[in-house]
Amino acid sequence: MLLIPCPICGARPEAEFTYAGEAHIARPVDPAALDDHAWGEFLYARTNPKGDHAERWRHTHGCGRFFNALRNTHTDRFTASYLAGATRPHGTPTTESLDAPAMRSETEQWGQA
Amino acid sequence: MKHFSAARLAREALRGQSGWTEHWRSPDRPAHAYDAVIVGGGGHGLATAYYLAKQHGIRRVAVLEKGWLGGGNTGRNTTIIRSNYLMEESAALYNHAVKLWEGLSRELNYNVMFSPRGVMMLAHTVHDVQVGKRHVYANQLAGVDNDWLSPDQAQEYCPPLSLDAGMRYPVLGAALQRRGGTARHDAVAWGYARAASALGVDIVQNCEVTGIRRDAGGAVCGVDTTRGAVATRRVGVVAAGHTSVVMAQAGVRMPLESYPLQALVSEPVKPCFPCVVMSNTIHAYISQSDKGELVIGAGTDAYTSYSQQGGLHIATHTLDAICELFPQFRRMRMLRNWGGIVDVTPDRSPIIGKTPVPGLYVNCGWGTGGFKATPGSGHVFAHTMAHDAPHPINAPFALDRFRTGQLIDEAAAAAVAH
Repeated sequence: MLLIPCPICGARPEAEFTYAGEAHIARPVDPAALDDHAWGEFLYARTNPKGDHAERWRHTHGCGRFFNALRNTHTDRFTASYLAGATRPHGTPTTESLDAPAMRSETEQWGQA
Repeated sequence: MKHFSAARLAREALRGQSGWTEHWRSPDRPAHAYDAVIVGGGGHGLATAYYLAKQHGIRRVAVLEKGWLGGGNTGRNTTIIRSNYLMEESAALYNHAVKLWEGLSRELNYNVMFSPRGVMMLAHTVHDVQVGKRHVYANQLAGVDNDWLSPDQAQEYCPPLSLDAGMRYPVLGAALQRRGGTARHDAVAWGYARAASALGVDIVQNCEVTGIRRDAGGAVCGVDTTRGAVATRRVGVVAAGHTSVVMAQAGVRMPLESYPLQALVSEPVKPCFPCVVMSNTIHAYISQSDKGELVIGAGTDAYTSYSQQGGLHIATHTLDAICELFPQFRRMRMLRNWGGIVDVTPDRSPIIGKTPVPGLYVNCGWGTGGFKATPGSGHVFAHTMAHDAPHPINAPFALDRFRTGQLIDEAAAAAVAH
């Protein structure tokens, strides 16, 4: 069971939290303007890195707030947690997940095969 | 490859077992070029290599394995085989596998210990009963064996099952697939490796793929490994929980998330448990191995991870359920538990097919239940790689479905636990 650093309440056991997936995936402002690939990418594609992962948690049985955390998915160690809406802390390793999905036109587009 | 037979066993018995040799060739490093490279030496990858060589005549094939053969999820699962899926596409895929399981030991000349002892899925609520019956009827229409049992019939089939009405989740009925069962997971990997090696496939262990090379046109032209570069025009990624990591080398983002899934085994005891029992509602599944250990499957952790270990509270939750369903096991001691990293898709169905990169194929997303599909998965994936087009059975499982929206929604429709 993980010990999770809630930025409001401090470190609490995993049982108090709900996992909410990869962080910093912004819902497109105008979904109707997206093509099928971009919309599918927003809905389903995930970075799923082996290493530092920015992810959302909700402290369901505590303050009830959503927040973001950085966790290494190989060691399960948390390196940072910060409020929802805040940018990823400066100086931490970045991954592709920071890019907005609709902006990722240069990357491979699955769905064309 | 020396053929295994009763006559050979007898001959070896008379000469002190001195004539046995290694089951497969194990080259230290890959050759410079192959017609096809399989990334991942688990059951699905080895099966793919075997069918490429056996059915499609593509024998210059390398299977590159980062660790040791069958050391990932192939060696970490609860070995359950069944095909009673709700959706037509899934039923066709898994039933294809079950049919191959039935003849696999003979096909490979290797005893994979396939044991169709029956897989029973319990219903504990009115909703479970409705869903279970819907499954049974859908399966019967799809030509998949599945029957509905009353609680008494369920207990008759599996005597250790408690029908105590005071249970938090009493047994209200069960679906039974008699053709389902278990197989020896290691033997499946070893059998495919031996048969593939005999057909010329190179199996290279401790050889991690570190890059996927592409030519000016974007097509695959080779892979970089920790044991040298390999030129090839066809790469099949069969890397289970690490698929996202491998595919990122080719710049492809996958609709996958990797989670630790746990299993555990008890101390070995005399035969006491005749079949496989699963309960999706209270999340427990259990069978007894031929060695005598109770093999128990727990759930995934809530968060993505590559740590190969799950939370203790997840295993405890499953053991609570097992002890209530089978009170005779309350004093059993658990010997080992472990986690495997499973790659889960948004619709809980696998992805088997082509990718946007020419020459790059992927077979992944088996989530919590890939072992049962091993022969069928390898069979249709080899067809896909050989023909650069999917077999009719895996055509619906294309990566493209996450763009078109033609999902195969086993998760919502069936509440599948594997």
